[in-house]
Amino acid sequence: MDMKRSYYEDIQLLDSGTKKFWFGSLIIILLIIPFLIPGYYLHEVSYISINIIVAIGLNILVGYTGQVSLGHAGFFAIGAYAATLLVKHLPFFPFIFALIIAGLIAAAFGFILGLPSLRLEGPYLAIATLGFGMAIIQILGRFSVFGGRMGLSVPDIGFLNDLLYDSGLFTKTQSRDVNLYYIIMSITIIMALMARNLMKTRIGRAFIAIRDSDIAANSMGINLTKYKTLSFAVSAFYTGLAGGLYAFWMGFINPDSFDFILSILFLAMVVVGGLGSNIGPVLGAIIISFLNLNLQADSISAIPLLGDLLTVITENWMNKGGIASVSIIIFGLILIFIVLFEPLGLFGFWIRIKKYWKTWPF
Amino acid sequence: MQIMSNFLEIRNLTIWFGGLSAVDDVSFDVKEGMIFSIIGPNGAGKTTLFNLISGIYQPKKGSVTFLGKRIDGLQPHQICKLGIARTFQNIELFSRMTVMDNIMLGRHNHMKTGLIGGAFMWGKGSSAAREEILNRMAAEKIIEFLELQSVRNYFVGDLPYGKQKLIELARALALEPRLLLLDEPSAGMNNEEKQDLVFWIKDIQKEFNITIIMIEHDMKMVMDISDRLMAINFGQKLTEGLPDEVAGHREVMKAYLGEDDIAQP
Ligand SMILES: Nc1ncnc2c1ncn2[C@@H]1O[C@H](COP(=O)(O)OP(=O)(O)OP(=O)(O)O)[C@@H](O)[C@H]1O
Ligand SMILES: [Mg+2]
Repeated sequence: MDMKRSYYEDIQLLDSGTKKFWFGSLIIILLIIPFLIPGYYLHEVSYISINIIVAIGLNILVGYTGQVSLGHAGFFAIGAYAATLLVKHLPFFPFIFALIIAGLIAAAFGFILGLPSLRLEGPYLAIATLGFGMAIIQILGRFSVFGGRMGLSVPDIGFLNDLLYDSGLFTKTQSRDVNLYYIIMSITIIMALMARNLMKTRIGRAFIAIRDSDIAANSMGINLTKYKTLSFAVSAFYTGLAGGLYAFWMGFINPDSFDFILSILFLAMVVVGGLGSNIGPVLGAIIISFLNLNLQADSISAIPLLGDLLTVITENWMNKGGIASVSIIIFGLILIFIVLFEPLGLFGFWIRIKKYWKTWPF
Repeated sequence: MQIMSNFLEIRNLTIWFGGLSAVDDVSFDVKEGMIFSIIGPNGAGKTTLFNLISGIYQPKKGSVTFLGKRIDGLQPHQICKLGIARTFQNIELFSRMTVMDNIMLGRHNHMKTGLIGGAFMWGKGSSAAREEILNRMAAEKIIEFLELQSVRNYFVGDLPYGKQKLIELARALALEPRLLLLDEPSAGMNNEEKQDLVFWIKDIQKEFNITIIMIEHDMKMVMDISDRLMAINFGQKLTEGLPDEVAGHREVMKAYLGEDDIAQP
């Protein structure tokens, strides 16, 4: 029986005391965060968390299966609209089912988009998926059920709102943020663990095998058609479900929120984080969402000294967009530096930090 | 009417690339349980023959019949499921997977865990975990058989060439095939490793009851373990028979040594 245990250790999630300690601590910190930080930041954390789900899903496709997608904003949009329409028209439908169905609808589209991936490789697949993402927003913008260009307002999903408010700890608006935070964070943790399990078992192994050598995978009995489309579908499920959460988080959606720049941001999260690792996409999503939220014109001009200097420079030498153009340049530079100095992405930094701390605090 | 069909029957197999016939009207039979070797100079069409049998290429003419069933025209994964496994001359491993995971991939079709089952692998009692453990035990047996314990958890890409060749063999064995196609298994191995390999291949034939077709340049090894031998050149079959017959065949010596060297004695 002792022999058997050692095989389970190969696939066990928390295989050491150190890992159990850190995982437990993380959960506790995530639980008490709403009591520690102001509402606005909590709202930001929820947004980052949504992006983590997308990055995990996209990493399954890009990092583990070795297929590229520049159309994930399309799945995100499909999920957002599907979830919104479901809770709007079926008010008694539990939001969690709406999210799952939103994910499944996105997965169905993912499956269809996956079909050309059998014939298209690399840049050709990138263009096909890009076209998909752009077509989706065109379609959403043209039909009145989808609210056209004006978009749709999204009903509040309530759930813990009243409970939180009645506790007397939070105001009405805070209760809404805290409620969303708990919902989004729990779903993120569950989705992350499921992805991790998936990649440790039969299907995930087949995905990785296809990435490393599709000819060998095929000769070892893996049906490439089935598994490539499956990977697209799983990836789209994650993204669609995250899209549903985004709709609830945002309270309002329109086609412009899902343009192809968003697809590129998603891809950047996975690449900057480190392709084909579990922790990489999480780190990538955190840093890219954080920069995206905080590298805004006003936060840059607020930097002491440098902010004023940059404002003067942009006003004199660049277009009237002024400081906003600098923020995009800085964003790009940060990405270049990360990829240049750490080819494994943030995952590489993570490994080094982990080596440094080894088994701390034990 | 044919009563007894062979284990593997190749008839008039032909493929060409552009103007070049890589395999030209080749026919042969392989009986169950034997080690059948294929020799021939570089570019003779040996690997192409394997690619035709395993479904990577589709023949332009001819047929491949395995256990009485036509398999030409099938996809590689379908042929694999019928019980034919192969290794690759130019190593096609999953280089960023560990040795264990490479071998576990070979277990793919012996397992059932799907998307949902995999995602819900919560704890040791879950069906996914139980299936993983069982199959890891099967993989471990192969690891022990080929003495790969020391590299079990290494990434395959980090290992030396000779070891990688062995992992190709291990992965193919994990499929539990009935027919195993080995494309130059000893390439890149030193003498000591080759001796181990000979020993293992004989074991695979005898203990695991796996029929083997082997492409190999090392004539000593070929003569040592083959039950039957076929020589090809320029895509065409030169001759086939017992190892000694084939090795002494005039056409074969010509193909290997060149016309002039033969003519003198
Ligand atoms: N996909 C292909 N496209 C074009 N030509 C090919 C292709 N595959 C094989 N060939 C050609 O077919 C011929 C036979 O090649 P093959 O790889 O079968 O030789 P081989 O007997 O395995 O040689 P070696 O001992 O060097 O491995 C060669 O001339 C090769 O260039
Ligand atoms: Mg060859």
